[in-house]
Order: sequence, then structure tokens, then C-alpha cells
Amino acid sequence: MTTTYELTDLDQLEAESIHIFREVAAEFERPCLLFSGGKDSIVMLRLAEKAFSPARLPFPVMHVDTGHNFPEVLDFRDRRLAELGARLVVASVQQSIDEGRVTEETGPRASRNRLQTTTLLDAIGEHRFDALFGGARRDEEKARAKERVYSFRDEFGQWDPKNQRPELWNLYNGCIRQGEHIRVFPISNWTELDIWEYIRREGIEIPSIYFAHQRPVFERDGMWLADSEYVTRMEGEEVVNRTVRYRTVGDMSCTGAVDSNAATIEQVIEEVGATRITERGATRADDRVSEAAMEDRKREGYF
Amino acid sequence: MELLRFATAGSVDDGKSTLIGRLLYDTKQIFQDQLEAIERTSEQMGNEYTNLALLTDGLRAEREQGITIDVAHRYFATPKRKFIIADTPGHIQYTRNMVTGASTADLALVLVDARNGIVEQSRRHAFLASLLRIPHLVVCVNKMDLVDYDEAAFEAVKAEFREFAMKLDIADLTFIPVSALHGDNIVERSPNMSWYEGSSLLHHLEEVHIASDRNHVDARFPVQYVIRPQSDAHHDYRGYAGTIVGGVFKPGDEVMVLPSGFTSTVASVDTFEGPVDEAFSPMAVTIRLDDDIDVSRGDMICRPGNQPNAGQDLQAMVCWMSEASRLAPRTKLAIKHTTRTARAMATDLQYRLDINSLHRDESAEVLALNEIGRVTLRCTQPLFFDEYRRNRATGSFVLVDETTNATVAAGMIIGAGS
Repeated sequence: MTTTYELTDLDQLEAESIHIFREVAAEFERPCLLFSGGKDSIVMLRLAEKAFSPARLPFPVMHVDTGHNFPEVLDFRDRRLAELGARLVVASVQQSIDEGRVTEETGPRASRNRLQTTTLLDAIGEHRFDALFGGARRDEEKARAKERVYSFRDEFGQWDPKNQRPELWNLYNGCIRQGEHIRVFPISNWTELDIWEYIRREGIEIPSIYFAHQRPVFERDGMWLADSEYVTRMEGEEVVNRTVRYRTVGDMSCTGAVDSNAATIEQVIEEVGATRITERGATRADDRVSEAAMEDRKREGYF
Repeated sequence: MELLRFATAGSVDDGKSTLIGRLLYDTKQIFQDQLEAIERTSEQMGNEYTNLALLTDGLRAEREQGITIDVAHRYFATPKRKFIIADTPGHIQYTRNMVTGASTADLALVLVDARNGIVEQSRRHAFLASLLRIPHLVVCVNKMDLVDYDEAAFEAVKAEFREFAMKLDIADLTFIPVSALHGDNIVERSPNMSWYEGSSLLHHLEEVHIASDRNHVDARFPVQYVIRPQSDAHHDYRGYAGTIVGGVFKPGDEVMVLPSGFTSTVASVDTFEGPVDEAFSPMAVTIRLDDDIDVSRGDMICRPGNQPNAGQDLQAMVCWMSEASRLAPRTKLAIKHTTRTARAMATDLQYRLDINSLHRDESAEVLALNEIGRVTLRCTQPLFFDEYRRNRATGSFVLVDETTNATVAAGMIIGAGS
């Protein structure tokens, strides 16, 4: 019998991610995993679980809670973390508003998306986290395509794209001074399709809003936004019932749904394989502000 | 499905962006909203045609200055393989970026303009690909449409390149005549060059044999993290987590742990899914040993009959990557090698290499940004290493400036000794 020592693409990506999780756990004092309830952070949880099995996660999980969540996602979060025996830290945007750290935007286009940055940076300072795992992928967006796996943030939480540390082989430089931190992106090299194929292969449960469902929505900027108490509709924005699903999960006020009948993982994968629009382009109002919207927010300390 | 990582190198004018744009477009990886966005931006910038370089130039400064600053990663797939492209800019920070992009690549793709033949930059590309031990080098002779698809033009470039490449250590060298602009020999074989009997570029990328490029001979397992659950269910569990970087590990294998030199037997190779019969590079696993010996992060598990070099002195080719400082004898730095971190001091700069002529300048006293030289290093602790040419993982290291925390150099180990 001849043995071929080959790993599939997903196995290689998984191994690379597990390596990064372990590296951070070994080299940092106070890491933390950022969890949004989205499919990427759900895959991140699974990878972290694998990296330290049979032990529990050697770091807490933090949710930056805008208060504008999909209820399905919060249910999911609590169930999954209980299953893992993981410790949850909630950083609340509402609390930042109440304490006067940020001012709530007003009007029909108000969003708490940008406010999250302050809440996140405050929580990093309060808990003295020195490494934060994020589920960003390089295929998502042009600025992210150039970001390192270990992304250095100064004491203001800022990213400086022109001054990034070279990153070679699988050697990661986690050296920081007090007050600085590293954002770590273990799934940098995964694509949207890889995420879905992995979810299918692993039989990972994901929130129901990723599958086709009936929802009252209205059209804005070519996207279907959920009709909810968090968004004020503008004139002419009529609520209709449609069969939709979400490709990304963020704040209810700025995450759009897409028309879809994909009710199973197989159908979702088929749909993702055939789609001609990127997930952020299709569903994120926050990225549509300008060509460099993501870069600008990241510079300020965004995820 | 297999995953192939490749690095592309080239400058503004040789059609690299067009080539990548063509690969992405023809394999349906460019999305409608991305295309519309770059069409809009091209128009605003006054370009006559849609500038495919904007697909990869994502940063504000890049758009403003019309240059590529950094290594960009692009992803595409065909039914046969998945691909990760590390796309490196040609004109600034060239060496630093290409070394970075090349460090994990299975294949390097170099573009040569059929009209100009080999230029200084082509030599640099080929040299860096060989220095970084990229197993496969593909030379795309581009703009064949501008030389009337002439076989003789292609053969001339090929002969010239081969002559230069003989001085280098390149395991697998392939030449493909293409026109990225018109798509000749990119996805399909071109009817314009019936004299060419090789594969199209995409076909070559799909078929090139990479499975045997990894080292499955020398068992190497740098211990990354010790797993001790301290729970009732796994009371006595003590596992050594890490990524296998060479050879094969199986339960029952006799192993040695460095630096202690203690030997033991592999009790089991664990994964989340359960124990496995054998594990190989690049699997991330957890190894348990039969004996309760002292093992911690930075240790190396290997076979007693096949050990890496162990020592505090090493010879290496070093590429300096910092604008702010230079490498001179007695410079002290932190060294990261596998899962080990130590301090290192450059004791000697033997020569600086001119990467265009391959001339060795033995009178050089420092290495500055983007310069490469042969350096002797003395470390505060022993490292467990192999020659880079034998194992890219145990033969590579980075140097970190302890005052600025910047990664200032990449090193490829040539061997032991002062």
C-alpha cells in the first residue's frame, strides 16, 4: 500500500488556523476571541475548540453588543458558549452611549456600527487584552487583502497600513509594548466558500437567519433591510414580506438580506458558488460609504 | 482538492496586473460589484480603460499614488485546485515584499516582456525565487502579440533565461508564451501559437506536482503549546500541541526531545476528532508520550537517529527589511525560529550579495534595507535547525529589533558553525 501524504485544501487551512490559535495562546498573556455570531466567528470558535481540545478555551470570548442584534443570533451565542464552557465578556454600545463615551447617531440612516469602535477599544483597555482574535478574511475586502495575520495596533488602537511588519513563513511577531495590542486573524486565507464548505463538512450549527426565511423587509440602496424598531424608514420605503437570507450577520440596522430560496447548506453553497456579487457588497451598508470605507474604520481601531 | 500557493512578481509595465486580472476574470472570481467599483474609479482617475490593477490596490495611498505598496493576497479556484496568490509589487520595497510573498509559496510566477527579453528585474526575481527555495518557477513570456507570436522571440528569451538560471538552484523551470491582454495561453491553448506544445498557464498551475515538495523524511515537531486540561474528565492528560514540519509521527515511534535529550515513545497522536494512525506535515496535532518527562514550548521532538543540528552558532543568508536601521557586526536582536525565541548577535558579515550580478562584496560592513548577505549569528540559546534547503520550516527565522519591536530581517540557514 502506498501512502500519499497529502492534505485537502480545507485540512491545510484548518491546520494553519489552529497553529495561529496555539501560537497566540502560548505567547500572549491576555488573549480574547471576538465573537459576532456570524458564520466566520462560529467557524473561529470551532477552530479554537480544536486547537486546545480536550481542554477548554484558554481565553474568554467577547461580544461587542450594539443592542441591535438579531435575537436568533443572541440565542445561538449563549447556547454555543455554554456548550463550550467558555467565558463570555459583553462590551455594550448602549453602555458607552449611557456613559457619554459616544453620541448616538440620529435620523433614518443612524447606525451604531461606527460607535462599536469606541466600545471595543474601551473594553480592550478595561480588560487589558493584548491579543484579539478576529474572524476577518482577506477575500472580503481590498484593505483586508493587505492586512497581516498578526495586525499591530498602537495604544490608540490604530492600524497603520503603510507600516506593517513583514510576515514570513509561519513565524509571527507578537512583540508589543504595554497598551498596544495585536489583532489576530487566523482565517485570513479562507474564502467565503471555504467557510461554507467547512460548516457543511463539520456539521456546524449556524443561526437560522443564514437560511431562507420569510421576513418583513424594505428596500434601501438596493438591499433588503429588516423592518425593526432600530431603523426609521424613509419616505417611500414600503415594508414587504419576502423570502430572504443573510450572507453576513452584523447589526440589524446596516446588514442587508438577499433574495434567496436556499434553505439548506447544500443550497447555500450552490448559491455562493454562482453569485456574482461579493458578500460585503451585497449586504453591508457600512462598506458602501466610500472606496476606502473599511480602511478608514480599521485605521480608527475597528475590527 | 489541493491548495497551491504562488507568488507573482513584476513591475507596472510587464502586464502582471493584467495577467492576474485575466486569471481571476476567466475563472469567474471577479464579482460584478468589484468590477463596477473599479470601472467607476478608473473613469474618475481619467484612465482610458478599466485598470485591473485597482482590483488589488486597495489602500487609499495606493490609489492616490497609483502604486502598489504591499503584498496583496488573492484567492481563486477551479474545479481542480484552490489557489492563493501572493501578489508582490515590483518597484518599491521590492526585495522585502517578494521575500515575504515567496516565503510560503509553492511556485513563483515571473513575467518577462517578449520585446525586451531578460532585464535586471527578471534576474532578481529568479534569484529570490531560488534563494527562498520555491520549488517551481514559471516564466511567462508576455506580450507575445507584440512580437507577432514569433517562436524565435520566445526561444531567444528562454535561452537567455536558462543561461542565467544555471547559476541558480532552481528545481523546476517552465516557460510559457502568453499574451495576458488577449488571453493567449492563459486559460486555453492559443491558436495563435500552434508551435507551442506545452500547457496553458492555468492548466500548468492546476497540474504541477507539489505533493512531493514537502519533507516527509526528517521527523520534526517543534512543541508549540502544552495542553493540560486540569478537568475531572481528563485529569492526567498532558499533550504537546504543535504543527508537524517534517517527517511522519506514529504511535509507538521512539522519539527524542531536544534540548534535554530524553527519549520516549509516542503514546498517541491526538486530534479533535480522536487519535490518528499517523501524522505528517503540515498537520496540527497533539502528541502524547509514554514517559512523564519535562517538555515545554520551544522544545523539538525528533527521532533519535535523525536529529536536527543543535547549536548556538549558525550561518545564514539574511535579507534586511528595515528602513530605520542596518545590520552590522555586534548588532543584537531577538530571533524567532520555529517555536523558540532567543537573542542573537551578528558576529560577522561575510559578504553582501549583489542580487543583480550575484557578485559577492566581501568588503561590505553593513546590510541596509533590501540587501542580502551571508551572516554569522551567535544565539543565547541553542536552536534546533536544518539547512533551509532541506526544510523551509526548521531552516528559517526572523529577527526582531528589541527596541522598536519591528521585524527587521528574514534568514535562511546555511549551516552550523562560527
